[in-house]
Amino acid sequence: MSSEAYHLAVLQVVVPLLSAPLIILLRPRGLAWAAATAASAMAFAVAVMLTAGVLSGIEYRYAVGGWPAPYGIEIRVDALTSVALLVVSGASLLALFAGRRSLDGDIDEARQPLFYGAWMLALAGLCGIVVSADAFNIFVFMEVSSLASYVLIAAGPNRRALAATFKYLVMGTIGATFYLIGVGLIYMMTGTLNLADMAQRISEVADQRPILAAGGFIIVGLALKAAVLPLHAWLPNAYTYAPHIVTVFLAACATKVQIYVMLRFDFLVFQGNLTDHDLQFSRFLMPLALLAIVLASGVAMMERNLKRLLAYSSVAQIGYIMLGTSLLSAAGLSAGIIHIFNHALAKGALFLAVAGLGMHYQGLRLDQLAGAAKRMPWTMAAFVLAGLSLIGLPGTAGFVSKWLLISAALAEGSLGIVLVAVVLLGSLMAVVYVWRVVEAAYFRAPQQAVADQREAPPMLLAATWAAVLANIYFGLQPGLPVQLSQAAAASLLQSLP
Amino acid sequence: MTVFTVFFIIFLLTLLVITALAIVQTKNLFAAAMLSGIFSLLSAMVFFLLDAADVALTEAAVGAGISTVLFLGALALTAEHERAGTAGRLAALGVVTVIAALLVYATFDMPRLGDPNAPAQLHVAPWYLEKTPEYIDVPNVVTAVLASFRGYDTLGETFVVFTAGIGVLFLLGKAPVGQPKVSPAMTFAGKAGLRHYQIPRVVGRLLIPFILLFALYVQFHGDFSPGGGFQAGVIVAASVVLYALLEGEEQARLALPAGLLKLMIAAGPLLYGLTGVACMLLGGNFLDYSALAHDPVHGQHYGILIIEAGVGITVTGVLISIFHSFAARGAK
Repeated sequence: MSSEAYHLAVLQVVVPLLSAPLIILLRPRGLAWAAATAASAMAFAVAVMLTAGVLSGIEYRYAVGGWPAPYGIEIRVDALTSVALLVVSGASLLALFAGRRSLDGDIDEARQPLFYGAWMLALAGLCGIVVSADAFNIFVFMEVSSLASYVLIAAGPNRRALAATFKYLVMGTIGATFYLIGVGLIYMMTGTLNLADMAQRISEVADQRPILAAGGFIIVGLALKAAVLPLHAWLPNAYTYAPHIVTVFLAACATKVQIYVMLRFDFLVFQGNLTDHDLQFSRFLMPLALLAIVLASGVAMMERNLKRLLAYSSVAQIGYIMLGTSLLSAAGLSAGIIHIFNHALAKGALFLAVAGLGMHYQGLRLDQLAGAAKRMPWTMAAFVLAGLSLIGLPGTAGFVSKWLLISAALAEGSLGIVLVAVVLLGSLMAVVYVWRVVEAAYFRAPQQAVADQREAPPMLLAATWAAVLANIYFGLQPGLPVQLSQAAAASLLQSLP
Repeated sequence: MTVFTVFFIIFLLTLLVITALAIVQTKNLFAAAMLSGIFSLLSAMVFFLLDAADVALTEAAVGAGISTVLFLGALALTAEHERAGTAGRLAALGVVTVIAALLVYATFDMPRLGDPNAPAQLHVAPWYLEKTPEYIDVPNVVTAVLASFRGYDTLGETFVVFTAGIGVLFLLGKAPVGQPKVSPAMTFAGKAGLRHYQIPRVVGRLLIPFILLFALYVQFHGDFSPGGGFQAGVIVAASVVLYALLEGEEQARLALPAGLLKLMIAAGPLLYGLTGVACMLLGGNFLDYSALAHDPVHGQHYGILIIEAGVGITVTGVLISIFHSFAARGAK
């Protein structure tokens, strides 16, 4: 491989990371936004190139500082990594491209450079977590991305954003601290921080108490950061009160990256070495996943605020991802991983449409949306199509992951029937909560007559439709995500005996 | 470790537990802030007794020094007493108890303290001790690990500090709405500072140049003895805070204007990151300082010097900015 291709893996982090301090110095109007969008576009281009490399069979391994692992820090990119990188950098690019007008309304001009700097740090932190092959380095970038996300959420126009941020900050810090305690315990018993090296050295001490405690701390800490029910309490308000465009970005990727770390850590380090860990992992996560699907969808059916409705739907969708991974089979894992990608597409498109609605409807309560379809026909049409993808209608991306999940569950025998029943129930509940929005926007008479059409800004509308069309394209042509997720599942399972 | 040291550590740890319980139960936030400073100082002493001098220096400077000042700065904007107790205290106590039990459970199979055959001593640590003289040639192995072997982590941590600075500037950078309440315990950020108190002024002003000199020593002597950019940055920031206390907020702002601070906040991380990029352009990997000079060991020296400076600039700029953000809101 050429030297440029060799450095790609580290550039994925370095480009957004170093753009942050440059952006906070930019004074003139709109320049910070333009620079952030350009840096995001570069990050996305790097992710696409890395994915192309992974598809052609390269596994990127990069020794930062030139020091060989385990003495130095290693960066790795494989199929699972590239799925996560595409989701993170794609979500950031789409949200920024769409969001200039919407963010201008939320954040005063003097503070915009700081805001876009924080956005770049969130992007760099998430990318840094994903490409890192070192347990402590993951924690460092977790800190960068978390702190930056708190800033982004606190930028919300409503004062309640601050309270939501504080709750998220406390919960997120607890999650990260649990993860760090676990890493510390493992370091104490193995003397290494490199994940691959850890996997080899942990087998000698696998039955000792510090390792067992570390497993618990790491899984629970990451589950808290990934908003696995019942540890999701921070998520709904954080998504609701953040600026709409920030919600697009974070809803598409923030929790998914934590799930990625959980999978990477658990399958590489714990599954192959700890006795009965697979059973414990499965029994711990499967009930929680089923609960998440049913309870969170139920709350979404009752919810009056559009953004909080979609946030609870996100908690339910995390349940689907967790359900797939808790099956521990290649089919189940690939269904979970592809849903990371497909749910990001559907939720990204939905929240982009919400950002469009938010330009004209302040509170985004369902009862205020009466007549929205007349006023913003294109935005609402996009919302409906993205909603169909969320439900999982054939021909959309959401259908592909549901289909794979159901076929993976059916392979499990009689338990599978129950799982499939819950998945179908969850889909029906999704029909209900998406329909409530559609009914409010299409079939309710507005309070006062709305004559004029006031569409969302063109760039926002274009981005929304790009996301919707991607949902349909990957629903009809699911080859690429399916191939990547199957390769990712295979690489996760190869470390197992 | 002598028996005396072990007893002393146990004594300190007992005090640590008492302090932690006191922080949890007190309703007076001023006392809680002070106690958390004591907590950090006790931790720093324990670290020092365990021969982790770098960690001890950082904990003393950050935990006991600057973070206590920032707590007080935040207190100046709110009330001194906690209002109604938060709900769910019993549930929280239950969770904390379970976690404590888990941690105790985890200690049962852990290697004995100071055991030379512990896994942590046998794997990467000997390699660092053996190879540092050959590859990097600085006496302080901690600095070698922090700045070069795991320099990417330190880059990340520098950006953590940078992110915190952005966050505070973003949230508190606006002109405050209405009159913030200034608690009687904390009028430190008044326009006049301690200008009417002669003794603290005279003694304090004498101290400032020595503090700055010590900060420079900690910054540039970090390769040989405990210290480095993080600690030095905190010490510089502490001297500026002291100046603000003595001469008033306005004077401190005149000495270091906001524009310059913002430039420092951005320049520090950039200096660190661009050093890594320069290594790439010169044919090495990212942050591989060996590429910076003909002789790899010299390259490592230059690299460590530059990135430590970057860390120092970042920490100084961020901490002073955070202090000003709090203090400016209190001074009305």
